[in-house]
Amino acid sequence: MTARLLDAAHARAQGSEGVVPTGEAVVPRGEAVAARTASLLARAQPLVSIQGLKVAFDDGRRLVPVLHGIDLQIDRGETVGIVGESGCGKSVTWLAVLGLLGTRAKVEGRVLLEGRPIHDLSGDALAPIRGKRIAMIFQDPVSSLNPVQRIGRQLIESISLHRGLGAQAARAQAVRLLDRVHIPSAANRLDAYPHELSGGMNQRVMIAMALAGEPDMLVADEPTTALDATIQAQILDLLREIRRDSGMALALISHDLGVIAEICDRVTVMYAGRMVEQAPAHQLFDRPRHPYTRGLLAAMPDHIGPRRPLVAIAGSVPEPGRLPAGCSFAPRCTAVEPDCSVATPRAVSVGTNHQVACLRARDA
Amino acid sequence: MNALLETTALTRHFPLRLPGGLFGRPGLLRAVDGVSFALPAGKTLGLVGESGCGKSTTARLVLGLMAPTSGAVRFEGEPVPARRGPAWRALRRRMQMVYQDPMSALDRRLPVVTQVAEPLLVFGQGSAPERLERARDLMASVGLTPHLFERYPHELSGGQRQRVVLARALILQPSLLVCDEPISALDVSIQAQVINLLHDVQARFGVAFLFISHDLKVVRQVSDEVAVMYLGRIVEQGGPDDLFHRPAHPYTQALVSAIPSPWRRDGMRRIVLEGDPPSPTDVPDGCAFHPRCAQAMAVCRERRPELAQIGGGRRAACHLLTPVAADTTQATPC
Repeated sequence: MTARLLDAAHARAQGSEGVVPTGEAVVPRGEAVAARTASLLARAQPLVSIQGLKVAFDDGRRLVPVLHGIDLQIDRGETVGIVGESGCGKSVTWLAVLGLLGTRAKVEGRVLLEGRPIHDLSGDALAPIRGKRIAMIFQDPVSSLNPVQRIGRQLIESISLHRGLGAQAARAQAVRLLDRVHIPSAANRLDAYPHELSGGMNQRVMIAMALAGEPDMLVADEPTTALDATIQAQILDLLREIRRDSGMALALISHDLGVIAEICDRVTVMYAGRMVEQAPAHQLFDRPRHPYTRGLLAAMPDHIGPRRPLVAIAGSVPEPGRLPAGCSFAPRCTAVEPDCSVATPRAVSVGTNHQVACLRARDA
Repeated sequence: MNALLETTALTRHFPLRLPGGLFGRPGLLRAVDGVSFALPAGKTLGLVGESGCGKSTTARLVLGLMAPTSGAVRFEGEPVPARRGPAWRALRRRMQMVYQDPMSALDRRLPVVTQVAEPLLVFGQGSAPERLERARDLMASVGLTPHLFERYPHELSGGQRQRVVLARALILQPSLLVCDEPISALDVSIQAQVINLLHDVQARFGVAFLFISHDLKVVRQVSDEVAVMYLGRIVEQGGPDDLFHRPAHPYTQALVSAIPSPWRRDGMRRIVLEGDPPSPTDVPDGCAFHPRCAQAMAVCRERRPELAQIGGGRRAACHLLTPVAADTTQATPC
């Protein structure tokens, strides 16, 4: 129901080419109703909307396509999991959104932030969005932090950048942020270097830095992959808590379906640069429809219930630029039929908020 | 008990300089601190724990790549020599290692079939054509197709490379494979292929595995017996299903409850431990886990619990658990 409303609102916003004003103070009386509708629209439309995003990398000889048209919408306060194997384009999607891919990448498609296009902004114009509206954290916190600067200085830098606070106020805010991510004796830790902290602590510092701009959305790229099991549980707890308190949207990129299941409302499965399935989390795990999603779940060992033999997916992920014709998953698929290698399947709806890009989706 | 591999109170400490003073102060890193286990032939023992718990050091000690500070390793009834010499080399033929990253375990400048045949050359077995013949046979039996044999490592996928590494480890017909995180670098869909291959290899060649991993789900899938390590010591050991369904030690309980799973039911309690594991240079007195344990008692701060039988074939080192009288040959002091 809400989803359909959102879709409608989104379609209208698209029609007006994203000129919806937000927080307009003075409104002529006759236009009050229209303005109220507009501000409602701004609230109702997705926070981030990615439409037909394509990325190709220039390897010196030719353009190698790695993303083949991604459509994804994220609402305010929503947690979306993006799952897939290495090379499926789950990280590239978000690096493209934030304009972090560099000059060798050719990016096409539209990205709207609250209805306003940001895909055509150049580096400098994107700067106020990066970190301030959409923040990102990465897998390895130690290589994201400067090893020769104290963490306090790095944290204060991002606070003064985003919030324009003075030295004293920024330092106080830094302590509050470290407190918020549950780093014990925060005031003393400001003077620590990254190597003096553990991996879990460094990831907390990264999260604190991401929170410095009070972003509307956090993109977490494999935030717990480099961490131990008990520390991973701590960080997932922290992300859940911050999301609950701040209402921030979260895009969690992971190869681990277990991690995704822990905190996500909705899950998107990617394969070879395309989205193959999208569904509410519990529905995806209980009733997966795409053969790739089913394959991933059958290939995963678990610690609950009796041990079962694992069913591996035969073959391996195709190289970008050498994708098979038609459905990229067809050569590895157990339900493959001749027409699978003719055309790329389009996403079809198979239930509430559940889309699958498979020719056989409706048969199952 | 007729074990293929047996360790008794295996210990490895590293002296080092800790920060403090002009030249630092002397410290001792207790990487492995009294580990005893037995692995029967053709079975799999899974060793799990978080980084720094000493599982990889244990692997190196078992293979004689490193001399223990104290304690002993016996393999096929003989002590593993701590120094490299003819005796060690003869033993190493029977025990092989598989590492996490197959790319760095392979030589980038040799076709993979040459690398699989190389151990035979090292041990002077067969003529050149015979060696290649055996390499090809084995590569086929780990699921590599002939057109891949002459390729270089970079031309193979991660899963194929790990198959090459396995073939090379198996070509001398070892009775023990030590696998240190053998599938952690692989993608989810490929992990299952390699796990199934390990099962196959064990059934066909009767080789035993010492399987080291931080991934509890994978360890449960492959092991006949699981030992959980914390700060250089085994804190709990038992059958995989039993241990994961009814963990007895508070650390194992926390570890098991921390495993993220799509099939977790809401009723399952999650224990989130506070803080990080302490550094192995500064192991707490008493039970090493007591600063993070929610159920710690006074005695936990003073006396270190020994690994003891707690019934049902399980061993655990915790003051909360009452040891049961077991027959003395089984209760290996740890």
